[in-house]
Amino acid sequence: MAIIQYLLLQGFQMLLVLAVAPLLIGIVRRVKARLLRRIGPSVFQPYRDLIRLARKDVVVAHNASWLFLVTPYIVFAAIWVAAALVPTYALGLIFSWSADIIVIVGLLALARFFQALAGLDVGTAFGGIGTSREMMIASLAEPAMLMIVFTLSLLAQSTQLSSIAHYMMTVQVGLRVSCGLALMGLVMVAIAENGRVPVDNPATHLELTMVHEAMILEYSGRHLALIELASALKLTLYLSMLVCVFVPWGMALTDAGPLALLVGVVLYPAKIAAGGAALALLEVTVAKMRVFRVVDFLNFALMLGLLAALLLFVSRSI
Amino acid sequence: MTALEALFRAFTGDFGTAAVTVLLAGPLVTATAMLLVPAHRVAAALNAGSTLVSFLAALVLLWDRPPLNIYLHVDDLNVAMIALTTFISFTSSLFSGGYVEHERRTGRINRRTGQFYHAMYQSLMFALNLALLANNIGLMWVAIELATLTAVLMVGIYRTPAALEAAWKYFILGSVGVALALFGTILVYFAAASAVGDGMEAMAWTVLITHAGWFDPTLLDIAFVFLLLGYGTKAGLVPMHAWLPDAHAEGPTPITAVLSGLLINVSLYLILRFKMVLAANPHVLPPGPLMVGLGLLSMLFAILMLYRQRDIKRLFAYSSIEHMGIAAFAFGIGGPLANFAGLLHMVMHSLTKSAIFFAVGHIVQVKGTQQLPAIRGLGESHPVLGWGLALGVLAIAGMPPFGVFMSEFLVVSACFARAPLLTLVLIAGLIVALGALLLRLNEVVFGEAGGASLRRDGSYLPLVLHLLLVLAAGLCLPPPLVAWFQHVAAQLG
Amino acid sequence: MPVAHGLAFDVAHMLAGGMVTVSFMLLFQDRLFALIQFIALHALVLTLALGWQAWLQDAEHLYAAAALALVFKATLIPWVLHRLVRRLRIERAVETVVGAGMTMLFGICLVGLAVVVMLPLAAKSPLMWEDLSFALAVVMLGLLIMITRRNAVGQIIGFLSVDNGMMLAAAGAHGMPFLIDLSIAFSALVALIVFGIFLSHIFKHFDSVDVHTLDRFRGDQP
Repeated sequence: MAIIQYLLLQGFQMLLVLAVAPLLIGIVRRVKARLLRRIGPSVFQPYRDLIRLARKDVVVAHNASWLFLVTPYIVFAAIWVAAALVPTYALGLIFSWSADIIVIVGLLALARFFQALAGLDVGTAFGGIGTSREMMIASLAEPAMLMIVFTLSLLAQSTQLSSIAHYMMTVQVGLRVSCGLALMGLVMVAIAENGRVPVDNPATHLELTMVHEAMILEYSGRHLALIELASALKLTLYLSMLVCVFVPWGMALTDAGPLALLVGVVLYPAKIAAGGAALALLEVTVAKMRVFRVVDFLNFALMLGLLAALLLFVSRSI
Repeated sequence: MTALEALFRAFTGDFGTAAVTVLLAGPLVTATAMLLVPAHRVAAALNAGSTLVSFLAALVLLWDRPPLNIYLHVDDLNVAMIALTTFISFTSSLFSGGYVEHERRTGRINRRTGQFYHAMYQSLMFALNLALLANNIGLMWVAIELATLTAVLMVGIYRTPAALEAAWKYFILGSVGVALALFGTILVYFAAASAVGDGMEAMAWTVLITHAGWFDPTLLDIAFVFLLLGYGTKAGLVPMHAWLPDAHAEGPTPITAVLSGLLINVSLYLILRFKMVLAANPHVLPPGPLMVGLGLLSMLFAILMLYRQRDIKRLFAYSSIEHMGIAAFAFGIGGPLANFAGLLHMVMHSLTKSAIFFAVGHIVQVKGTQQLPAIRGLGESHPVLGWGLALGVLAIAGMPPFGVFMSEFLVVSACFARAPLLTLVLIAGLIVALGALLLRLNEVVFGEAGGASLRRDGSYLPLVLHLLLVLAAGLCLPPPLVAWFQHVAAQLG
Repeated sequence: MPVAHGLAFDVAHMLAGGMVTVSFMLLFQDRLFALIQFIALHALVLTLALGWQAWLQDAEHLYAAAALALVFKATLIPWVLHRLVRRLRIERAVETVVGAGMTMLFGICLVGLAVVVMLPLAAKSPLMWEDLSFALAVVMLGLLIMITRRNAVGQIIGFLSVDNGMMLAAAGAHGMPFLIDLSIAFSALVALIVFGIFLSHIFKHFDSVDVHTLDRFRGDQP
């Protein structure tokens, strides 16, 4: 009986992230529009877009191989699993032992690998440019990410997100400089990985600047819907990760009662919405940087990670 | 106000306090007065007069000392340094009168710059006197910072691109040094505050030295490294020396003499003060090896650079680095004999090097250039200058019977007892330095006379006076002076 | 391992660490106006740190130091620098930093060095260790800024951040006489004057504030 309950809780989390992801995109777009004094589309517009795309026919290039056809499914599956592993409303779910940050980074890398291959597959110029830029950004973002993971796991003595969140909630951590630096670094990595504003603009199709959009230019119909949903999930994943490590309060602890679970379920979308609004604010205040400056940007994130690990050493012995 | 107070003190028999008041207030008052004196001759006379009064006040201190307070003090170590500093500042001011006259006449500086020069000269003297008299380690730092800033302004006074470059470099490196020294000072305060208690007391050097045994040894060790690097920058020790040759070459020559003869000396003196605090704590790591290393490095590097110089002022600037290295080396070796040698070397080097720069100042004005290849055959065309320079160079190279020979001989023999292997390096270095200097001297003094021969201003008196003193010290040191040196050397530990 | 920290320590730690972070931003930044804004932020964090220490130690002189830092370092000096940059029309002068990545890596090494140098203190007084290693890190990063900037304004900003690091160190020392704070604020001001004079002269002579144009006039060349 208990095992079924655990499975249900985990299953609910999978559906929750899937449901929240398009909403998050809608919120970001809406807040951005309001900040720019436009009315903007409804927050539910991404759902409508996805349904519309799913109904449309798929148009595939003549020279596309099987890789091009399976990639959307692999990408979606990998990112959905990764997003569903990050603790959202409760800690200690049945699969939380596998919610290791390194596993999540690995799943994301798998998705990126296939997407890059598919970008090259058709052989158009845009796919090539987008892929090479995406790989450059990824190769810089990953060390930074791992450095931050390293810091957090040194602090909590675990690489499992659930344990880290538990540590952050229960132990009096205090105001740690390392945590602040790790937060800054993680935000920077998240921005780069999701192709948000200072690094890439998700709303543009200007050929010289696009990164992510260039790579998926050849997709259409339900394939495009899956990929769009996957990138929404990826943004949700990073926000959930930030929220669960740095603002874990309100999440239900292991084996908590139904009331705590309810609080967690209500609070999670609220936190994600707040995160989305903050992202929108950031995107309207900074200008997009040139592609070559992204190297410096991500190097800075890496340095923040290094510094965080170093300062952890200082503040540890007290 | 202060002059009245000094007068009052003098009448009530407290000559020491009166002298200290004169030493500090005199330069300040004169510096302010300089701004009101437009005539060059009057300003030069005022400058010389003020420094003479300072020198006389310093002589009074030899005989009567003021009561101790936590800001200022006079003890065995600094009383002689004050006498030396004020004496050289007096002779330099005599030299600078003629020098500035010449620069005015040739149009290198204008009336306002001349005024500014004299005001800055007095401010620099105030800063140096304050650094020497200070009992408070924070005050020492402030004084050295003030001295650096005024010296920066003086170095850049010609406003030529090269002078600005030199001044900017001096400013940047100087502030790096100042920063490190302040960090060291704060660490010393940290160490002291936990033993003595918070507040002003924990910054008074006399309190530090009596309580040093209770200080945290690791904190003191770290602090000393910072202080050595920080004040070592001002003293021109080698990894931090880059400002020194430029500043020496581009500034007006009297300031070069003051930099070489006084400012770097005072910086070394401050390092000694902190070394004494360390010596009073039995648990610290001995600072000697660090000073020996820096000293030896400075000396060897400077000696190798001597061969490459084509500018006469840069040549002697590197020679100053060499001699600061030797003095630091001697203090690093430690023990009564080596400390005695180090103190003597500081004094002798100051006197000799400022004498050389007096000669160089005249030579550069006569020849209109600082380039060594253009300066030839002075022995024939300007016998007094040529022979003055020759004697000065022989003295600085450590030839008997001059005072520098005495001090270098003592350094070598003290070193033999402690570290025989290093002695070989030291002697080899001294011989190579002698070779480099004689090589240059040969061309400058004994070559074929030629080139420009312009008019000269000012007298040879300061040059002759310094050389005679160095010669006298080499022939026979008066017994009271020896006794004093021995007494201080024993304190240095 | 984890011990409950007092709030007093936490805030002090956070502010000191914040200064180190802002120092890194200064190191990373290569636009003059942004540099000036960051030095103002640096001074603002310093003001908060000084104010917090003043409140903890109940020391009036630290309140005064905080006020000085706020008035001079966070407001007046950035304003003057801003005006200077504008008047000399060098807003667009994006100065070259010697490889941002390398500089940052070197900066990290310096922070590590600062921590290690102060390591012997860790056993005796962890609090002092932490205070001093943060302050030393800020000082060293300031020195690094001075070294890596070719621009005179960049160098002066490095100097100001060194001064801020000194203030931070002095604030941690209980009952350190006010003398030091005053003199540091004073020296920063004097430095600014000196700098203003020099900048105007450098500018007059070379039409550029890149100090490397001065290299042609070095004396060491044969």
